[in-house]
Parts: sequence; structure tokens; C-alpha cells
Amino acid sequence: MNRSCRIVAGAVAVALVILLNTSGSLRAELRIDITSGKIEPMPIALPPFPGGAANESQAGRDIAGVVSADLERSGLFRPLDPRSFIQNISATDAQPRFPDWRQINAQALVTGSVKTQGDGRLRVEFRLWDVFAEQQLTGFGYTTTQQNWRRIAHIIADEIYKRITGEEGYFDTRIVYVSEAGPLDKRIKRLAIMDQDGANNRLLTDGRALVLTPRFSPTAQEITYLSYGSGTPRVYLFNIDTGQQEAVGDFPGMTFAPRFSPDGNRVVLSRAQNGVSNLFALDLRTRRATRLTNSQAIDTSPCFSPDGSKIAFNSDRGGSQQLYVMSADGGDARRISFGSGKYGTPVWSPRGDLIAFTKIDGGSFYIGVMRPDGSGERLLTHDFLVEGPTWAPNGRVLMYYRQSPSDSRGHGGSTRLYSIDLTGSNQREVITPQDASDPAWSPLLR
Amino acid sequence: MKRSMALLLGFLLVLGACSSAPETAPPGGPQSLGPGGPGGGAQSGAPGSQQDLEASAGDRVFFAFDRSDISSEAQQTLTRQADWLRRYPNVTVTIEGHCDERGTREYNLALGERRAQAVKNVLVALGIPASRISTISYGKERPAVVGSTEEAYAQNRRGVTTVN
Repeated sequence: MNRSCRIVAGAVAVALVILLNTSGSLRAELRIDITSGKIEPMPIALPPFPGGAANESQAGRDIAGVVSADLERSGLFRPLDPRSFIQNISATDAQPRFPDWRQINAQALVTGSVKTQGDGRLRVEFRLWDVFAEQQLTGFGYTTTQQNWRRIAHIIADEIYKRITGEEGYFDTRIVYVSEAGPLDKRIKRLAIMDQDGANNRLLTDGRALVLTPRFSPTAQEITYLSYGSGTPRVYLFNIDTGQQEAVGDFPGMTFAPRFSPDGNRVVLSRAQNGVSNLFALDLRTRRATRLTNSQAIDTSPCFSPDGSKIAFNSDRGGSQQLYVMSADGGDARRISFGSGKYGTPVWSPRGDLIAFTKIDGGSFYIGVMRPDGSGERLLTHDFLVEGPTWAPNGRVLMYYRQSPSDSRGHGGSTRLYSIDLTGSNQREVITPQDASDPAWSPLLR
Repeated sequence: MKRSMALLLGFLLVLGACSSAPETAPPGGPQSLGPGGPGGGAQSGAPGSQQDLEASAGDRVFFAFDRSDISSEAQQTLTRQADWLRRYPNVTVTIEGHCDERGTREYNLALGERRAQAVKNVLVALGIPASRISTISYGKERPAVVGSTEEAYAQNRRGVTTVN
């Protein structure tokens, strides 16, 4: 029963975890089927996790609040107003008084506790209850530093999401994006990173160099992106821990559109030469580049399949910008988009089953998905300008940016991040301190 | 160190030239043609300068949506640019390729590069050594004219010749 694993991300380690005594037999399953289109959010009660000392109580309130906000934003849960709670959960309660929670129509209940250990670290425990079956569904305990309470909250939200939906969560993740400021014809663009809920927002570059299109490495420790810092637009690597930036590859001319391979050993990118853009794979250990395409066209926006065997990209080799899939060594390119309009920015779902894309048709921009063979095209949202989908690691939620139209005096033109479910529902703005574009979602940080 | 300083300086100059783009003639309308001979008036700047190029030849050409073909009008502008460049054999230039906002970011970076290269190819065909001409793409990052209108888009789909 005792399962222990290590959670490491950045410099912060969180030591897990004892699975807290979950009853074995499960009768009435409390479950959300997230594959159906329209979902009635599950009413869930998240009272503050009680603690003894003031700092423990504060952490308990904060953690319950972040868990609640994560679950609410997923669109799958409806956290109940704490003012409606009848039972005031205390640290000494072994079991909730289920009738009190049934009375306010809570289907699920999360209880927890916060204690400060002798070494100053926090011990946080939680239990998820099925209120009607009067059963514990899951429960874990975590030990971490005081400053790290937010990650514990996201990890708890992920466990609840997983237990109720049967899918992996996506809350313990980060977003790297381009923070934008200044007039529309002289935008200042900086790399920025934040937690998926917008907390811990941090600028990574100073804005002197124009930067675009960041992507995480598979470990979320590095970012590859485009920078004009040397004068020529080139692909760079940014180390999040050290802040070190370096250009990669020894190419004359412009390199752009970089993406990591799933094993993190290579970066696939476009190189422009004599007006033609082709795809290359750059081995990060040997720094050797391998040509993948040799067209007289624009081949760009590449993306590896999650198993690393294929690359999706867009090309105008057939006359207009369309999606293609080829083997990862460059052979056997096949067009997969055949609808009306142009298609760009293919992004393979982490589950491998779908490719998300930007589509331009009839004066509008769309975010959509199709299967890797091109079948089953489905458009999720459209607007004046939406672009650049990125997948949550569980393949259930997409993020993209939306730009509003501008007038001749420079009003409008703002760029903002949005998230949307794969079903096309639950579209929400992701709040950032400034305008934002080019989001990229990290893997789970565990 | 010295090299990176030079690159940085070059970058600043490019940005400066880009951001200080003055009033532009709408495409299809009359180009801001120079008074004919070199030298011009006080407004045309020092001989061999960016202002001189703008006044004498016109510094930019325009493209159709998602295209990099050189129109006959653009060909005339580039012919004047080539004449001007022959008068100032020590001048080197960078061709900036730009796009309107109606494309995806990375495709537009490639399209801007393709446009810059198309301009360069014409100048080289007109006898200007390729070694005097470099190219850079800004995709949709540096519009000349703000606004989500066809008129603005037409002026933003451009190749701009900038004196280094």
C-alpha cells in the first residue's frame, strides 16, 4: 500500500507520499465522462484544510483555494460556496458528517490538514470523499517547503481530477509564452513563464531582442525559441535554472520554428536560404544538422509525434499552406489537410491521437483538430485572429492566443491567451499581466 | 566582443530605420518619386543616405497577399534603386521582408524572407553585386501601418531597402 515516488521540478523537490487508506471496494462510482460534449459540472465541497498554528491555517485556506480554482477552471467541477457549508471540518474529525454535505448537494468532498514539521517543512494531507456512498475515493500526504504550497495544491487538484475522470490531470504545469507591450508597430516582446493558472508570472528576457515562438524541452528545464538578438533571427536555447541563452546550430541566415524531439536530444527547425525554407534536425549533443526536407517551398512549423517517429509540418509546396506528415528522418511526406482554406501550425496531441492546427478560411482564423491521417476535422473556435494551439499534457485542453482587430490609431490589436476543451466548450481567458501570445504548455512537472 | 558590438549596432540601425518609416505612398497610388537627378534638395538627406534613397528611388516595394512576385511597378522602383546603388558603390543595403497580419507567425517569417530574396534577386539581376545586399525577415512583427484594414495590409506586405 505504501507507494513512494519523488517529484522533482526545477530546484524544488516535493517528497511524496503515502496513499491514505482508500477503501478497496468501490460500489457507486463517482465519475465524470469527459469525452462527452456537454458536461454538468460536479458539485464539490472544498473546505479550508484545518491547521493548528496561524501559518498552517493560512496555508490550509490557500491550498484549498487553489485546488478549488483549478477544478473550477476545468469546467468539470462546480466548487460550492463555503458559506453554505454546515459542518465546520476540524483537524480531529476522522470522517466527515456525510448528511451535512448531502444536504448542500455536494457529491464530492475534499478534506485535508496542514502541519508544520520539526524541520520547518509543511506536511499536507488530503482525502477525496464520495458523499453519497460515504466512501473515501483517494487520499495522499505530502511534505514540502513552506514556499512550495502552490505546487502541492496543483498536485492535489491533479489527483482529484484523475480519480474522478480517469484521465491524468494537467494542473501541475507551466506555460511559457511571449509577453507583449508597446505600440503595435514596435512591439516589445519578452519570454515569460507562469504556472498554468497564471500564478508566479516571471519575465525571462529583457525585451531588447525580439523573441518569438518558445517551446519547452520534455523536462521543462529548457526553452527553445526564436531571437533577433544577434541581428539575424536565429534559434536559441534558454536554460530556466541558469538563465543562460545560447544560439544553436551554425547556419548562415535565418533559422526559426524550433521544437524539441520527445527525447529532448534534437531540435527540429526551419532554415531559410535563398527564399526557400526547409526543415532540419539538429542533434544537441553533436551539434550536427541533418536536412529533412528539400523543397523549393516554405516548409515550417514542424512538430514531432509523441513517439518521435513522425513529424507534422506545414508547407506551401502544393501551392497553398497545408499540413503534411512525414517520417522523422524526412521521408514519405503526405498531405493530410484537404478542407477549404489554408492550414498551419500542426501540433501533435501528447496522446498521439489528434493534430491541432490553425486554419485560415474566408477571412477568419480557426483552431481545430484532425486525426493524424487527416480524417475527422473538427473546428473548436474561430475569431478575427486565433493562432498557435498548444496541448495540455493530458490531451484534453488546448491553449492558443487571440488577437483583436486594430484601427488606424493603434487602438485594439491586443493579444490574449485562451484555453478551450477538446470538446469545444469551456473557452476561457488565461489572465496574464500584459498582452500575451505564442503559448506553449509544459509537460506535467513530476 | 567587437563583432557582437557591430552586430548589435547593425541591429539597432535596422530597427531605427524600420521604426522611423515616414509617410508611405499607398500602393497603386503615386510613388514618392525623387526629383530626378541625384543630390536632390535638403529633404533628400546626404548623398548615399537612406533619405536620399527614399527621395531618389523609393525605398520599398509592395506585394499581393501571400505572394512574392515582383509587380511591374515594383520592378520600376527596383530599377531606380539599382541606378542609385550604382551611384554609391560603397553603400551596402539590407532588404527587409514584411507581411500583413493575416497569416500564421512562422509561415509569415518564411514569406517575409521569400519577399526579401525576391527583391534581392531583381537587384542582382540589374547588376548590383549580391555581396552588397543582405536580407532579413520580420514576418508580421513590424507593420509599417497600424490597422486591420485592407489598405494597411497592402502597405505592410512590403520589401524595404535599408542602407546599412
